[in-house]
Amino acid sequence: MKSDMSTIVKTVTDFLFGFIIIFGIYIIIHGHLTPGGGFQGGAVVASGFALLFVAFARTFLDKKPQQLYGLFESVGLLIFISLAFLGIYRTFFYNFLANSGGLFGMKITQGINPGYFNTAGVVPLMNMAVGFEVACGLSLIVYLLYRGVIEEGEDGE
Amino acid sequence: MKTAYAVIFMSILVVFLFTAITTLHPMGYPGHTEMDDYFIKNAQIEVGANNVVTSIVFDYRGFDTLGEATVLFTAVISVVALLRGVKKDEE
Repeated sequence: MKSDMSTIVKTVTDFLFGFIIIFGIYIIIHGHLTPGGGFQGGAVVASGFALLFVAFARTFLDKKPQQLYGLFESVGLLIFISLAFLGIYRTFFYNFLANSGGLFGMKITQGINPGYFNTAGVVPLMNMAVGFEVACGLSLIVYLLYRGVIEEGEDGE
Repeated sequence: MKTAYAVIFMSILVVFLFTAITTLHPMGYPGHTEMDDYFIKNAQIEVGANNVVTSIVFDYRGFDTLGEATVLFTAVISVVALLRGVKKDEE
C-alpha cells in the first residue's frame, strides 16, 4: 500500500479520469472533422491511464493488465491493416466507403459546411483503430516503466 | 601533410557552401505545386472529410500512416521485450 499516492491525488484522479478518457475518445472519433485523430486522441487516452497508474499504483500492479493491453494493441493494428486491405479491389488503402451513401458514406459539398459525422468513409474507422492501438500501446509502455520503478524502489528498501 | 589535406578540404567546402548560397532559390519558390492545389480543390469532395489533413494522412497517404503505426508497434514490442516480467525465484 506504500506505493499508492495520497487521498487528494486519488480523489482528483477519480474525478478527472473519466473526463480525460471522454476527451480522448472525442478527439479520436471526430478525427475527420476537427483537428486531431487517432494518434493524438490515443495519446490523450494513454495520458489518462498514466495518471491512473501513478495514483493507484499498487492496485494496478496486482491486476497485471499487460496481456490485455498487448492484445488490444495488436487488434487495433490488425483492424487498420484489414480496412486497408478491404479496398484491395481498386488499390491498397482505397476508400471504398466514401460517398457510397451507406455507413460513413454521406456526400458533402465543397467549402464550408456544418461538419456531418456520417462522412469520410473508412477514415473514421481507421482513426478509431489507430486510436485504439496508440492508446493501448502507450499505456503498456507507461505501465511497464512504472512497474519497473516501483519494483526497484521496493527492492532498495 | 595533414595540414595540406585540411586546407584542400576546407577550401573545397567553402567554395561549395558559397556556391550553394549564391544559387539558392528566391524565398517562397516554388510556390503552389500541383499536388497542393489538387488536395485543396478535391479532397473534400473525394474523401468527404472536412479535415483535409486527416484525409491526406489516412487516405491519400495511408501507406505512410501504416508505417507510423508499425513503428509505434515495434517500439512497444521492444519495450515489452526489455521490461517483461523476470521470474526472481530462478536463483
